[in-house]
Amino acid sequence: MNTAPLWASEAFWKKTAVWVTAVSFVLLIALTFDSMARVSAGGSERVPAYSVINKKIDYRLDSKLNRFVPVIEGDAPLFGKTLNEDEAERLVTLGKKTFQAKNCINCHTILGNGAYYAPDLTKAWLDPNWVDETNRETLMLAFLQDPAGNARSYGTGRRMPNLGITEEEARGLIAFLKWTATIDTNGFPHNFKTLYAQENP
Amino acid sequence: MSVGVLDSRNLNGGQKLAVKYFIVAMVLFVAQILFGLLAAVQFLAPGFLFETLDFSVNRMLHINAMIVWMLYGFIGAVYWFLEEESGVEIVGLKCGEIAFWVLTAAVGIVVLVYLFLQTGAGNDATRWLINEGREYIEAPRWADIGIVAVMLVFFYNAAGTFSKGRWSGVSGVLTLDLVALVGLYLTGMFYTTNVTVDHYWWWWVVHLWVEATWEVLVGCIMAWSLMKLLGARRRIVQTWLYIEVALMFGSGILGLGHHYFWIGTPEYWFPIGGFFSALEPIPLVAMVVHSIYDAGVHKFRSTNHPALGWVIAHTFGNFFGAGVWGFMHTLPQINLYTHGTQWTASHGHLSFFGAYATINIAFFYLAVQQWRGNVWMGANLADNGWKWKWSMALLNLGVIGMTVALLIAGYEQSFIERAIEGSTWSGYFAAQTHPWFTQAMFWRLIFGIVTAVGLVLLIWDLATIGARETRPALVIERPEEPGIKAAVVETA
Repeated sequence: MNTAPLWASEAFWKKTAVWVTAVSFVLLIALTFDSMARVSAGGSERVPAYSVINKKIDYRLDSKLNRFVPVIEGDAPLFGKTLNEDEAERLVTLGKKTFQAKNCINCHTILGNGAYYAPDLTKAWLDPNWVDETNRETLMLAFLQDPAGNARSYGTGRRMPNLGITEEEARGLIAFLKWTATIDTNGFPHNFKTLYAQENP
Repeated sequence: MSVGVLDSRNLNGGQKLAVKYFIVAMVLFVAQILFGLLAAVQFLAPGFLFETLDFSVNRMLHINAMIVWMLYGFIGAVYWFLEEESGVEIVGLKCGEIAFWVLTAAVGIVVLVYLFLQTGAGNDATRWLINEGREYIEAPRWADIGIVAVMLVFFYNAAGTFSKGRWSGVSGVLTLDLVALVGLYLTGMFYTTNVTVDHYWWWWVVHLWVEATWEVLVGCIMAWSLMKLLGARRRIVQTWLYIEVALMFGSGILGLGHHYFWIGTPEYWFPIGGFFSALEPIPLVAMVVHSIYDAGVHKFRSTNHPALGWVIAHTFGNFFGAGVWGFMHTLPQINLYTHGTQWTASHGHLSFFGAYATINIAFFYLAVQQWRGNVWMGANLADNGWKWKWSMALLNLGVIGMTVALLIAGYEQSFIERAIEGSTWSGYFAAQTHPWFTQAMFWRLIFGIVTAVGLVLLIWDLATIGARETRPALVIERPEEPGIKAAVVETA
């Protein structure tokens, strides 16, 4: 067994396995610390503070990167009421908890993850489906509380079931989706045309 | 030991426990296929069971049953070889027994809650008691805590037994891998409103389990199987195992980055995720080389033909499903279009089946062989072994058919929804209503039914193979361990 060349020896590969694993894991930890610092809500440019739900949100093509980047400018308070940071966080938290409680992810996707039975909700707030921004909040509220009655199936026959979403939970979900729409997702989903792009071609 | 008769006296303590795990695994396998079929029907007939058993519930049960049956299979496989590998009786077998019943009761309760309560109000009570609403780790928090407790008992049984008996390369890798397996599950057990942070840690569980610790775990199971089935030399098998660990963790840990392209994380994950995930197929090639070479060297003389067949299906399934199908859409340049489409479902179907279902089925055959008194399972089986051959053919054909159908759907979706329509909801539905998509979903259902038929045949075969067989198993001596026979035969 001593005559085995290095590349065929058990001991050599054992050491290699240990070192490769350890170095990879240490690198992952270091990158995780850096990523966490860059994605805290409001603590960096990529994930805005929850109070961003008081603002108007759009995407504009960055010609250098050749992808759409978020543009947050001008006031557009949700349901006509400007919320402070704590109130905004509470509302978005209610929305996120409702999103989980109603098991939304097993039909929809968010950030591209989830099931594929219903559309991706990452930029749902900005979807041209809402036609224009004046009725958007009312339409969303009505839809979430009676999705089967307000079904938008585009000829597929697929309908969202009534999940017993209360008005308060629906407001939370809308806040959660508006906030999610502001996250800089590196241009995903590709070539997304926002509601405003439809309004101002 | 009586040959050809199902008798628990043919099993050691760990093996008796393993058999229990395998039986629940099979029940959950059936549940996985059943709920998968219901979900597949709903793609074609959306009104089917609307507001009774909606797609979301079927799909959740489909993916959760899959994860849990695979874990049951892995735990069972480790209990199966624990005593033979360590040379001593299992430490704390009683705790293992209790843990099995606790886990099984918990799984039963969670399934009933999923079926009958389904959802709750948007508050913390729902996440603790009903459903956490996070893909793959939907289990409510109380069940999460239970799973960790059960996994700790399992870890204690494995590590304690090896410590009391002998350590080997296989058991060393296995024990450290179980530490990682338990530890990583904890990273998915907290609530955060920040959806980017949520998905960041969610991937630690999902990716680092499936693409790192699970792969190493099946590497250990595979290494042991090759010694058992073919009498492959321990030194060679273990050297390969270390190579695989180096390649698997070397590519898989930072390969995690390929999930960090679009969730709000910094751009440096593009090169890191792209580079390391491109390396991820390499260790899977090594596995193909390893198993086919070993089988060839031993002239395909094995103690258990069905198990060897499934081990080889595992190497190909793992390489194509996890390796090739994963790599096809893992680079950001492609993933920008394919992420969140049926491409993922295509990859998911072939990889979970190829990498994990196959090796578990191989172990079910090893178990049933021993349970029947280490019965003959080589060539010339009764009925020419048509049931295991046909079930293997149908299961593989069914899964490959679903994979190809979903890939076609994924291509169509990427082109129409993303490239042409600009990723809006109307773009999404334009893709979903296109005949090329609906036809693909029709073929997915057909091949899903083929898979189900294969599963029925598999259950029939596992229940009957070796019955009334009078020949004892083929004896294969391990060349470097002449005292230990690959198949211990004590028959008269």
